[in-house]
Amino acid sequence: MTFSHDIVIVGAGGAGLMAALYAAEEGADVAVVSKLHPLRSHTGAAQGGIGAALGNEEEDSWLWHAFDTVKGSDYLGDQDAIEQMCKDAPRTIIELEHYGVPFSRTNEGKIAQRRFGGHTRNFGEAPVRRACYAADRTGHVILHTLYEQCVKKQVRFYDEYQVLDLLMTEGGTCNGVVAYEILTGDVHTFHAKAVCFATGGYGRVFKTTSNAHAGTGDGFALAVRAGVPLQDMEFVQFHPTGLYRLGILITEGARGEGGILRNSEGERFMERYAPTVKDLAPRDMVSQCIYTEIREGRGINGKEYVHLDMTHVGKEVLEHKLPEISTFSRVYLGIDPVEQPIPVAPTCHYAMGGIPTNVDGQVVRSGDRSDIVPGFYACGECACVSVHGANRLGTNSLLDLVVFGRRTGMAMAAAIKADNKKAALSENPEKRTRDTLESIMARSDGEKAVSIRTDLQETMMKNVSVYRNDDTLAESLSDLKDLRRRVKSVTVEDKGRKFNTDLMDAVEILFMMDYAEAIAAGAKNRTESRGAHSREDFSSRDDENWLKHTLFFGKGDDGYDIEYKDVTITRFQPKERKY
Amino acid sequence: MNITVKIKRFDPEKDDAARWESYSVEADKMDRALDVLMDIKWHHDGSLTFRKSCAHGVCGSDAMKINGENKLACSVLLQDLVKEGGTLTFEPLPAASVIKDLVVDQSGFFEKYRAVMPWLINDSPAPEKERYQSAEDHEIIEEATKCILCGACTHSCPSTWADPDYLGPAALLKAYRYVFDTRDEESEERLKIVDSPNGLWKCYTIFNCVQACPKEIDITRWLSALKRKAVTTRF
Ligand SMILES: Cc1cc2nc3c(=O)[nH]c(=O)nc-3n(C[C@H](O)[C@H](O)[C@H](O)COP(=O)(O)OP(=O)(O)OC[C@H]3O[C@@H](n4cnc5c(N)ncnc54)[C@H](O)[C@@H]3O)c2cc1C
Ligand code: FES
Repeated sequence: MTFSHDIVIVGAGGAGLMAALYAAEEGADVAVVSKLHPLRSHTGAAQGGIGAALGNEEEDSWLWHAFDTVKGSDYLGDQDAIEQMCKDAPRTIIELEHYGVPFSRTNEGKIAQRRFGGHTRNFGEAPVRRACYAADRTGHVILHTLYEQCVKKQVRFYDEYQVLDLLMTEGGTCNGVVAYEILTGDVHTFHAKAVCFATGGYGRVFKTTSNAHAGTGDGFALAVRAGVPLQDMEFVQFHPTGLYRLGILITEGARGEGGILRNSEGERFMERYAPTVKDLAPRDMVSQCIYTEIREGRGINGKEYVHLDMTHVGKEVLEHKLPEISTFSRVYLGIDPVEQPIPVAPTCHYAMGGIPTNVDGQVVRSGDRSDIVPGFYACGECACVSVHGANRLGTNSLLDLVVFGRRTGMAMAAAIKADNKKAALSENPEKRTRDTLESIMARSDGEKAVSIRTDLQETMMKNVSVYRNDDTLAESLSDLKDLRRRVKSVTVEDKGRKFNTDLMDAVEILFMMDYAEAIAAGAKNRTESRGAHSREDFSSRDDENWLKHTLFFGKGDDGYDIEYKDVTITRFQPKERKY
Repeated sequence: MNITVKIKRFDPEKDDAARWESYSVEADKMDRALDVLMDIKWHHDGSLTFRKSCAHGVCGSDAMKINGENKLACSVLLQDLVKEGGTLTFEPLPAASVIKDLVVDQSGFFEKYRAVMPWLINDSPAPEKERYQSAEDHEIIEEATKCILCGACTHSCPSTWADPDYLGPAALLKAYRYVFDTRDEESEERLKIVDSPNGLWKCYTIFNCVQACPKEIDITRWLSALKRKAVTTRF
């Protein structure tokens, strides 16, 4: 069947819903297509907070926020976009509050704010309370409020429809998507004037991750296949405090509320690495420090983890400000953080890179920033504006979703008003998708998605995680080549049409191959260390050669090309990054 | 440990009625019930179907009946469910139409949610800053905002089993969350909706919902407050 809407948004997390709401406010006909019911999206897992210089708890300014973000990004973030985000932040948060987000409150009844890693007062002087929060369920309340407002605005939702193809005309204008209706097994075309990807992150390509099972990065792959580049994919954020072995996140807000990291000697080791901000150093640094402690033999009991000590923080704070993480620790590890330290290790958390866009969500297809793909927009974690550069600060992702989701929604609505002609569909837009699905279903022998996925996650974790070098990266690329051969024989046991999750597992592993290569290839190519990209064989930052964005163009079995794009610098000249 | 896993299965394209299937599984006592289901799907039978996403109790995808009680499969460990050599059972949520295996149709559940106008209504001109709300006023709705709409409560409620049109605890809790939000201006209309034959008065404080809630929300307490409010507004 063919559905027709002005705007089709793929993904119903914070970014997709924000874009939908603001486009709908402008009167546009908006459809949101999501493989999960919107309320199941991973934005709901975001715990600690959303950054904005509201100054509710102490003096703050958007310029300090911008400086922290630039410095946090190890100077790879585009400063015009960062300024836009930090300036837009206060009013966007206020609008969210007006829409009904139940933020925690100060004694005066204002939105409460807490400390978070890398956020400081007066250009690095001391930590500042900038993270607006709702206990440790900030993402949950934002996701629910946005969904409720979209329902109120009568946005059209297509729940449990998985998008499997992005449609472009021969001239390179985007005019729709093809989606698989999970309930029935039917394939549909969505014809649109504007398509927006808000498909979230790719954490599941690594073995240990804080991301949901649905975090398979479909959008990255669909973009690459359509000839769109991926930007800065080598920058993968490992969050320092995942529950040992499980990877479930313990928010940085835990350290914001006073939690301390300790090694096997009970030492507060962050004091040695970041004397000013200590445990509230940015994530790339803290994750690298934890691995260094472990390598030097100071992991707890000789194992690959350290302790997050909250015992001095007190029951009151844990129960009121951090109830969820206390529950996670009790339920999954049997540890009560009031009495015992929590075993933690870095966990794959966030994609700094993604589909390149400008500040209005328009996808940019080359190093020339005016070279946009007509009709194609992206926002949220799958997009790269780039405000996070080589390392994202905590609370800046939720902010990125709402600020750029909002701008993208408004930009799409304005584009529709200016010109509402849809580019005609090609003769048989669903063919590619049907062929892929049929060939997987028809295959009787081959390999199940799970074994390919497990090997993929192992090689990415072993070779492309916190520390990398030329040998590990070469190994990962050769493993990926082999895996690319193996995915061609992926099979399913479920041969039914209805709710065939086995088939979607197979499709997802095909997606994962396409962008895993972008991560490994970008990392091998970049012979310096910057932010979350830490090369043992090139341990310092090299601004002379590498103060530039990577653009990865995938060519399937024929390899890939790498091009570059300049970094925009406005007011903050690159400096050595010390905390 | 070695356990027997019994799953109530239904394939709409093959089965006329649900059937039980058993699997012998090697697992760790610290595994989540969800880990067992994934292990079976990935290594024994790829056609086993269930929803999942976050795997740590925040998205609400995997509410189902486990050993006879509604729970999130990702939020219970085997050590709390079964002993070595014992049996673990999985069934879809009760009083819901089954799509396939453990996947139920939640469209009715979300229709009830939509029926209570689950959104903030405040048409007064927006101030420049946030609308102030004291910490105490926030506290009144804070527990209710924890709800992840998994459906464990509504599908554990005898009133729902008896009357499919009953709004049920999840939708009523959402109504509470907005009626008692000091920023909301439309509590009257919402109260009319819940103060109706299929609304509040079918809650007989049986407490099944409280027991089933994976977020440990004291649902009955908040519904009682909503009942009081409905009565005082009416008279
Ligand atoms: C545990 C955790 C805690 C976090 N805490 C914080 C925090 O405190 N502060 C902060 O700023 N950031 C935090 N983050 C990061 C932040 O939450 C995420 O980056 C952000 O929520 C991503 O939002 P999104 O809208 O881009 O994607 P998501 O919320 O992941 O949504 C993706 C959407 O895309 C849909 N989708 C995907 N593929 C397809 C397809 N093929 N077809 C159709 N639909 C598709 C999904 O159904 C879903 O609706 C946290 C992240 C995690 C994992
Ligand atoms: S999978 Fe998200 S609640 Fe269980």
